[in-house]
Amino acid sequence: MDKKFVKELEIAAAKVRIGIIEGVHSAKAGHPGGSLSCADLLTYLYLHRLHVDPADPKMPTRDRMVLSKGHAAPALYAALALRGFFPMEEMKTLRKIDSRMQGHPDSLKIPGVDASTGSLGQGISAACGMALSGKISCDSYKVYTILGDGELQEGEVWEAAMFAAHYQLDNLVAVVDNNGMQIDGKVSEVMSPYPIDRKFEAFGWHVININGHDFNEMEKAFNEAETVMQKPTVIIMRTVKGKGVSYMEDALEWHGKAPNDEQYEIAMKELTAHLAELER
Amino acid sequence: MANKATREGYGDGLCALAEVRPDLIVLDADLSAATKTCIFQKAYPEKHFNCGIAESNMMGVAAGLASTGKLVFASSFAMFAAGRAFEIVRNSIAYPKLNVKIGATHAGISVGEDGATHQCCEDIALMRAIPGMTVINPADYVEAKAAVLAMAEYEGPTYLRFGRLAVPIYNDEATYKFEVGKGITVRDGDDISIFATGLMVAEAMEAGQILADEGINARVVNIHTIKPIDRDVIVKAAKETKAIVTVEEHSTIGGLGSAVCDVVLEEFPTTVVKLGIEDAFGHSGAAKDLLREYGLCAENIVNVVKSVLKK
Repeated sequence: MDKKFVKELEIAAAKVRIGIIEGVHSAKAGHPGGSLSCADLLTYLYLHRLHVDPADPKMPTRDRMVLSKGHAAPALYAALALRGFFPMEEMKTLRKIDSRMQGHPDSLKIPGVDASTGSLGQGISAACGMALSGKISCDSYKVYTILGDGELQEGEVWEAAMFAAHYQLDNLVAVVDNNGMQIDGKVSEVMSPYPIDRKFEAFGWHVININGHDFNEMEKAFNEAETVMQKPTVIIMRTVKGKGVSYMEDALEWHGKAPNDEQYEIAMKELTAHLAELER
Repeated sequence: MANKATREGYGDGLCALAEVRPDLIVLDADLSAATKTCIFQKAYPEKHFNCGIAESNMMGVAAGLASTGKLVFASSFAMFAAGRAFEIVRNSIAYPKLNVKIGATHAGISVGEDGATHQCCEDIALMRAIPGMTVINPADYVEAKAAVLAMAEYEGPTYLRFGRLAVPIYNDEATYKFEVGKGITVRDGDDISIFATGLMVAEAMEAGQILADEGINARVVNIHTIKPIDRDVIVKAAKETKAIVTVEEHSTIGGLGSAVCDVVLEEFPTTVVKLGIEDAFGHSGAAKDLLREYGLCAENIVNVVKSVLKK
């Protein structure tokens, strides 16, 4: 990718992060840490990689994207908003009683959401079904799904991993947001999923490891995934939980907590300053 | 009357359905020979996918397939389809209102020899509780096959319950038409009403005959759709007969009996006696012996009806 485009994506990601903080602060609840860690990825997918059309969210030929780690809904919504599915202003209605911005992704209520997720481990199975459907009908769409690293503790993930390899779903790419933390602590201490790469490899997947905050590495990985035949691909991306807001970075307490007004001001100051610097 | 299991109707029904719905996909979880999706697999190998012994993933895969517009049947034993995979059925299938049909065979204690771990007597209660889930429990082979075929034009998540045991075929395949949500009065009478579902319909019909021979006119109603339930047929029975007896090869908690009570209490309170498995696990044994032990036979239905009428 040329430098100018990388910069454009960085600017978009900064806006997505602002949307996340706006949403979570307004809701006084939600999951900022795991939203910020996959904000770059969702920006890359919705503003660059995915074949989607905000004017026709149910377009049959669209690429599918299933946020298996559904608690990162604020990041998904902000990316969808930036892509034009609905106004970014709606982030402020997140989790509110009359809002369609549900606490976890809802495929019936929110344009652009391909699967209702939030109960961990289930999204990847639905993604497998979408990919299998594409194979049956010889459709050319791709299916992407994003998993949390803690989510890998769910047995259903490995049932799905077996299924995807067995049916040679090379139209499926799973991404693991490896931010290293879950509600109760470090994933390595709560219930270690490591080594994640060797586990997927043993299940018959093509495995790529990248830095989840580097758009060039993402581009390379997703391009590589397109060349893999008869195997699903998993991209394991190292990320920083809470990425972009200094006091939330690598801090466990920000898994599922909203910033208060004062903390919100600090976060917005940091994020808008970063955005201004990128736009200069 | 010839005997055939309702699960055979499931397998044959899928083949018939494929003729009118070319988008039909059938999933199974390593039980194809038992659930009878093997019949479909033989006819349409390219439309049958084995998911292995992984029911949770199978339900999620079904959701994904349905979200792309396919008509999907996901098959396993009731224990694993409604039990193990409950939360995936709820969240991945029912919440997004996806058009997934769950074909659950080997329901109830008539599973027999396999024993309690495989005798699911809670599935109707579990599935009924899920918002928007249709629950169907056919009574014989003909009805089972027709119910599957009816799914060609019935949108939304649906749970179809089938039995392992070969049971009498009393419907005529040439004339029978399945209507979702419609109770069928198989015998008229105004002394008492017997509401039965699934394999218990044949027993209730036999009981109706025995009672008639003794001068008691029992109305026998086949409730093949437990949700949405036919409120009219229940209210009518509550008004026109002295009491209602419900019979199901399922727990008395949350099944047909409970569904009938809900309607009766709201519309026209009357005496309802629930016959079923009373808060118990089953055990190994021949199906017929087990059904007799739990009182799920014509003879016991007759006794219960008589004691209700005596009160």
